[in-house]
Amino acid sequence: MSLLEVSGLVVEFPTRRGVLRALDGVSLSIAPGEVLGVVGESGAGKSLTGAAVIGLLEPPGRIAAGEIRLAGERIDRLRPAKMRAIRGRRIGAIFQDPLTTLDPLYTVGRQLTETMQAHLRLTDSEARARAIGWLQEVGIPAAADRLDAYPHEFSGGMRQRVVIALALCAEPQLVIADEPTTALDVSIQAQIIALLRRLASGHGTAVMLITHDMGVIAETADRVAVMYAGRVAEVGPVREVVHHPAHPYTDGLMASIPSLEHRSVRLRQIDGSMPRPGALPPGCPFNPRCPKVFARCLTEQPDLLPAGATQAACWLHDPRSVAQTQALHA
Amino acid sequence: MPDVAVQPGVAEVPVLEARDLGRTYDVSRPWLQRVLSGGQRRTLRAVDGVSFALPKGKTLALVGESGCGKTTVARMSVGLLPPSAGEIHFEGEPIAVARARPGLRQRMNMIFQDPYASLNPRWRVRDIIAEPMRAFGIASTAAERRARVDALLLQVGLSPKDGEKYPHAFSGGQRQRVSIARALASGPDFLVCDEPTSALDVSVQAQILNLMRGLQDRLGLTYLFISHNLAVVRHMADLLGVMYLGRIVESGPSEAIFADPRHPYTRMLMDAVPDLEAVGRARTPVGGEVPSPINPPPGCTFHPRCPLANDRCRVEKPGHTAAGDVLVACHAVEEGRDRPR
Repeated sequence: MSLLEVSGLVVEFPTRRGVLRALDGVSLSIAPGEVLGVVGESGAGKSLTGAAVIGLLEPPGRIAAGEIRLAGERIDRLRPAKMRAIRGRRIGAIFQDPLTTLDPLYTVGRQLTETMQAHLRLTDSEARARAIGWLQEVGIPAAADRLDAYPHEFSGGMRQRVVIALALCAEPQLVIADEPTTALDVSIQAQIIALLRRLASGHGTAVMLITHDMGVIAETADRVAVMYAGRVAEVGPVREVVHHPAHPYTDGLMASIPSLEHRSVRLRQIDGSMPRPGALPPGCPFNPRCPKVFARCLTEQPDLLPAGATQAACWLHDPRSVAQTQALHA
Repeated sequence: MPDVAVQPGVAEVPVLEARDLGRTYDVSRPWLQRVLSGGQRRTLRAVDGVSFALPKGKTLALVGESGCGKTTVARMSVGLLPPSAGEIHFEGEPIAVARARPGLRQRMNMIFQDPYASLNPRWRVRDIIAEPMRAFGIASTAAERRARVDALLLQVGLSPKDGEKYPHAFSGGQRQRVSIARALASGPDFLVCDEPTSALDVSVQAQILNLMRGLQDRLGLTYLFISHNLAVVRHMADLLGVMYLGRIVESGPSEAIFADPRHPYTRMLMDAVPDLEAVGRARTPVGGEVPSPINPPPGCTFHPRCPLANDRCRVEKPGHTAAGDVLVACHAVEEGRDRPR
């Protein structure tokens, strides 16, 4: 059974010019101990999905439809006090910038012990001992001495390690990691990815890894959901999505990433840019940029359809439209 | 003198040549605080002994992690910052002299990282692009200017009627196209591109990189390309300089370095990049972080993180050793102990 189950999630922002639908029917699931990558370009709705799951949507954003279940229990309609008890205890969060996550006025040790004592029944000395253990586990040298240091005394990579310790110290079942390595240099990024991967599998924690970097996903995730214009365009095992993408958008995205292995004269590019929420075309939101567009795409919006080993929201994978495409491209 | 790019027998003057370039910043506390609570002057050596030569029509990419000095080199290359040591020449003339001569000044320009910050939000795109022409007195009549702006917009893949819009009406990728059009307005042949695509999404990044390569072929542009992204650099560069803590540690033809990286830092960097080919790959990341440039380690600055470091590396700064076409600043490579036998 999956630990997190999001189905048909719709997030809307009421504005003066009408209601903007930022997420439109997002469905995904994560099993215990699994890393699900959520990838997409800026504005695709990946961070919003994470924020909805931890109940941190910025007002006036609101969940207009759909449901979010954690271990079978609905969490999208909880009162703030109840959600607060889940956040931190059962769902941890890691954000992009470690400096804004950590409180500059408290020592790292105090932040760790406070988090643990808020959620677990621990005495001061137990909490302190555990805090040292966590700092060691995330690879901070001389952990016992560093416990009383302030965030500014750590380097960027070390701070992000502290943030990971903070997210995991109450032993949550699920961690939402939103661009955890984007602010870091590549050599540090590799260390943090390896750490996250190791801790998640060691503690059986499910991870929702939100990033725009397909390389990070390829190395870390078990499955990946590709988002486009507030919808899931394709979801499946990482290997399949990377090497045999079924959605034309995923295909274009993979081809547009420059490779370290070889140099090509021209990168394949997807012309145009992602439509803003509020200015979506009718039918499939990718249709203005799609090289394989046909009549049905312009009028009907596809849902996720089985496509080989993955699922893709594309009419190409509906047996009924095969005849139509052939007619068009004949 | 390590001349990266000049092949023997090529007499052509490089477009840009740096000799032993250095730049320090004063990061001391204010004078009064120093007097009252003690403390010394402190300097940060952002760039140290950087030499390269960039021939016409080529792309030299400088790659490295944050704080390695690549942007400082970029700014010195167009004369936005004076060097504190060494020299930098544009077509054989010191950059300060070249900048003072409008004829040379208009032949270099810069493309910045953030297309949201580098365009004036209160100006129409047409005026933004026409500004360098006004500044240099190119295209004297309004009609002529208009025609040139239209041509530039078409050249970067926008339409002439986009000129009437304001920057907010454009997406990040389109804004970067506007920046490129503006950079081309004075008819330059040398462009410094400081992380031109790192604020963009990958599918848009591909559009901009393709555009830049296309313009280079058509107009014979020379690029100094600054990036932290090795895959982007691999796609763009003819020549490559890998920087670490203000120094170029490995430089030479890009293909040669990517095929066979010699400096331990270059190898570490290439190993660290997450790649699509690497689905499920397990690896041991190199530990450690870039030390502070205020107080860099003695000897080779990479030695605390280097798997090949020995006593010599800890005290003696390495010079540049030629390994084929590539120059490497590493004792291990010089002594031939970088490869297991």
